[in-house]
Amino acid sequence: MTSTPNATGDVTPDAPTGASSETETEYHRLGEDIRDTAAPSGPIERRWDDRMFGARLVNPANRRKIKVLVVGTGLAGASAAATLGEAGYQVETFCYQDSPRRAHSIAAQGGINAAKNYRNDGDSIYRLFYDTVKGGDFRARESNVYRLAQVSVNIIDQCVAQGVPFAREYGGLLDNRSFGGVQVSRTFYARGQTGQQLLIGAYQALERQIAAGTVTMNTRHEMLELILVPDAEGVERARGIVVRDMVTGEIESHTADAVVLATGGYGNVFFLSTNAMGSNTTATWRAHKKGAYFANPCYTQIHPTCIPVSGDYQSKLTLMSESLRNDGRIWVPKNKEDAEKDPRDIAEDDRDYYLERIYPSFGNLVPRDIASRAAKYQCDDGKGVGPGGLGVYLDFADAIERLGRPAVEAKYGNLFDMYARITGEDPYERPMRIYPAVHYVMGGLWVDYDLQTNITGLFCAGEANFSDHGANRLGASALMQGLADGYFVLPNTLADYLAGSPFEKIADDHPAVLEARQAVEERLQKMLAINGTRTVDSIHKELGQIMWEYCGMERSEEGLTKAIGLIRELQNEFWTNVKVTGTNEELNQTLERAGRVADFLELGELMCIDALNRRESCGGHFRAESQTEDGEALRHDDEFAYVSAWEHPAEVGGKPILHKEPLEYEYVEMKARSYK
Amino acid sequence: MAVSGLIMIGYLLLHMYGNLKVFAGKEAFDEYAHHLRTFGEPMLPYEGLLWIVRVVLLAAIIVHVYAVVVLWRRNRKAGAVRGARRYYSKKNRTGIQRSYASFTMRWGGLVVLAFIVYHLLHLTTNDIAPGGASDSPYERVVNGFEIWYVVVAYTIAMLAVGFHLWHGIWSALTTLGQNRSSNRIDSRLTGLAVVVTLVITLGFLMPPWAIFLGLEA
Amino acid sequence: MKITVNVWRQQDAESKGSMVPYVLDEVSEHMSFLEMLDVLNEQLTLEGNDPVAFDSDCREGICGTCGVVINGIPHGPEVTTTCQLHMRTFKDGDVIDIEPWRAGSFPVIKDLVVDRGAFDRIIQAGGYISAPTGSAVEANNIPVPKADADHAFEAATCISCGACVAACPNGSAMLFTAAKITHLGLLPQGQPERDSRVLGMVEQHDAEGFGGCTNIGECTAACPKGIPLDTISRLNRDLLGALSRQTIG
Repeated sequence: MTSTPNATGDVTPDAPTGASSETETEYHRLGEDIRDTAAPSGPIERRWDDRMFGARLVNPANRRKIKVLVVGTGLAGASAAATLGEAGYQVETFCYQDSPRRAHSIAAQGGINAAKNYRNDGDSIYRLFYDTVKGGDFRARESNVYRLAQVSVNIIDQCVAQGVPFAREYGGLLDNRSFGGVQVSRTFYARGQTGQQLLIGAYQALERQIAAGTVTMNTRHEMLELILVPDAEGVERARGIVVRDMVTGEIESHTADAVVLATGGYGNVFFLSTNAMGSNTTATWRAHKKGAYFANPCYTQIHPTCIPVSGDYQSKLTLMSESLRNDGRIWVPKNKEDAEKDPRDIAEDDRDYYLERIYPSFGNLVPRDIASRAAKYQCDDGKGVGPGGLGVYLDFADAIERLGRPAVEAKYGNLFDMYARITGEDPYERPMRIYPAVHYVMGGLWVDYDLQTNITGLFCAGEANFSDHGANRLGASALMQGLADGYFVLPNTLADYLAGSPFEKIADDHPAVLEARQAVEERLQKMLAINGTRTVDSIHKELGQIMWEYCGMERSEEGLTKAIGLIRELQNEFWTNVKVTGTNEELNQTLERAGRVADFLELGELMCIDALNRRESCGGHFRAESQTEDGEALRHDDEFAYVSAWEHPAEVGGKPILHKEPLEYEYVEMKARSYK
Repeated sequence: MAVSGLIMIGYLLLHMYGNLKVFAGKEAFDEYAHHLRTFGEPMLPYEGLLWIVRVVLLAAIIVHVYAVVVLWRRNRKAGAVRGARRYYSKKNRTGIQRSYASFTMRWGGLVVLAFIVYHLLHLTTNDIAPGGASDSPYERVVNGFEIWYVVVAYTIAMLAVGFHLWHGIWSALTTLGQNRSSNRIDSRLTGLAVVVTLVITLGFLMPPWAIFLGLEA
Repeated sequence: MKITVNVWRQQDAESKGSMVPYVLDEVSEHMSFLEMLDVLNEQLTLEGNDPVAFDSDCREGICGTCGVVINGIPHGPEVTTTCQLHMRTFKDGDVIDIEPWRAGSFPVIKDLVVDRGAFDRIIQAGGYISAPTGSAVEANNIPVPKADADHAFEAATCISCGACVAACPNGSAMLFTAAKITHLGLLPQGQPERDSRVLGMVEQHDAEGFGGCTNIGECTAACPKGIPLDTISRLNRDLLGALSRQTIG
């Protein structure tokens, strides 16, 4: 279903006419439409082959003269760096952690999808492609998604060859499970730590190249600026980065022939998320401010089964596998007065199993966004349980009675232990409490089919780019995308770009280098000089609350407008009243955080502006002004079937410029989701 | 270290067997002592086998001590922090599951070494003769162990040997790749170490205490 | 509850450090240990003092970044990572000693932050399977007996936090090294490089200045992931085999 006609065939009255058709609103300007010119046309199953064939190659003997910088060493960065190093390029990598093996890809629990069809259950590359496009609510590019499904098969082969210990069956072959509500078993997994095992595989491949001398690793280095240098034709090319050595505070510049950003997602703009403490947007935001388009920043994924907040000291949220919803039943008390009671004292009749009631056919297994939003409504309604009324029960009493405790233990034991450790409550005795949390961002730097941003020579891979998941990501697809980009896509597409290199060498005292370094130094000194009264964390927490309240699961024009105002005030508060102790020339974790929060404050504003522009409910996002009569999400394909690529305004205080990349669907018909 | 240690453990078992001959009386014991010296004749000269054993043991001790020194120096460097104690906390000084034996390997080893020197001077070379020297090994043993302080010193030494073996046997076999258990306490090797340790320690302690208490044959 | 913490403060690698006491008046039992330190740092920052530097990242027990010695025990009294330890383990009025990992090969960078780069270098010396991208065979062409796969997985759960080194009276990293030897050595893909791997990794382990293993078992007891001690025996078997093949040919 598309949005135009409603039941009576009239044009829907709530179809927005404002923001998208105007050339300028209060918060943004409209720029020219853009296209992904790198993607070949023709039959979709031939496109990736055609692109590889069309790509120029680099003579192996020339590769060692070409240098590539890779920022970030998660699945995408480590796999790209290892593969490029192996191919013979000079690679230099950077990560803020003390070892490349600690990137936050490590925390992924569930699994990785691949269209192997080992179960003979009707899976295929086409079905994985179809599911992913549909799961993304028709906001991802068909070409990209098809390629992702194609290389998914090679990823599993590659990882097994590296010794990734995937779960196996008694016959010694790989085990699969069904994940995230799909009907085929295509998910490969390594108990509850698939992310760690895949990352270790990529990390070991990377360490092998470091030992071979093809890759140079810089740990505890954070990228703070991108260096652009115009070539002879005046085209600005990404030629290097400025990093801060987090141990000594030294500001270093590194130049190369191309730059790859694989710096992960920006979920920490919400302060509380399932991301690592250090996950940040600084690299991508710095690139954005240098001209790279930021695509779909408002697309964030919220995961329904996290352990709720226990107090205002909370530093992060912990996810529990969604598989819990297979056997657990979600409920809240029918009466608000019961919210404080011991759940075991609430009679069956006084419990509201709201998902089972509202969505009788899917029940507790409705998709992530619906489960998340339903929980929020219950809590907004005053029926939430636990500290702050921010939680709903996930009850295994029935499952324990039906299957017996040993069976439940065998299936969910590790998750129950984790819950017990964090909350101090025994989930076998007392229902768990869960609450949604920000988990993943689908938005990121705009890239073409080659994963190149609109800045020539700047590439972006993994969660940091926007490319493959549309408005919502399927379970077990993030790991797949990171490794697809790093092992298989980038090494091929980057070669096409590098075939034109080596470019003119950039000296350390090149004006562009000096300018970038100076900007970094000034910014750091500025933050250190404010010496106000607010801690960095307190400002970050406030930003997080604004984002969660107004740019979280449900957005409205009123709320977003308010949020933009609040964020602007908070930006001002930061730059006049933050307190950053210590100096630059030392390990200074406060300074590190301050720099990241300063960027989050700007990104948060853009996210709200993007959300404001997108007057439709799609993927994980519910726009209050765009719903069906019975309160379900309503997408507007006629108006919003495009990627929002935002250009940073050249002038200080200017409005961001929206470039639309129209999305066309030749293979999968656009349909509305229904889970009732 | 593991191999040299195991060689010495093998010797201890034989030695203990010999000691227990005390309970068979003077004749049997002296005969056994003499037989050790003529064992293998005429293929080997008088005391031939004994000298072979002595050389092997000496080599084992030298290797063992050398390994200790190398390991000790290395581990001291690996754990140490320049000009500071490793951990300042006074809590949990005995670790999480450490055995007392593992703390006493080095000092306990020195006690054992000192004892070996004394022991050789006493019962092999006859240079030290508490309770009176004699040509009969049996009498030397009995004379010595009728004196309380000799028995006490010997007992302390045997306890030191016991502790050394308790950790040493487990550790040697693990170093040689034989542990199949996920932790130290549950390992079969720990059980084996305890049994062998008890056998050797008790086996060595029986004769002196029997003599001291007047229970020998 | 009221908690006193004695924290190791050391300005940088060259400075001499000392234990400094701080009092926290309102600690919630639901706080994680690191959140307690966050609260301390907010307090210190507002007072204009330098907050305590400590490493942490995922805070869900998997990245291996965090880790301090709490009351003499790496990661504290529970078998878990520092980030997963909660203040309910302690009681009102407790005095808690907090120190960095201590080992010659883990130099302190600042306060509770140490440099564990040696671990990466041990991996560089052979802790991998050489499988160039694109060269892999079809995954199910390499069947692995489930028991081996499970055991390999168990060893592969090591998070490289370094608690084993911090706990070892000898400052040995044998458990870390052995976990990787076991993980890769149990898989068919890992066989071709099995000898060179163990020789290279053990040599690097020693060159980094880690101590020798005397089988005390504190490493496994402190390991938040329960890496089994028999991995060390497996390493020793592989090492003896490799050395004999190297010597005898």
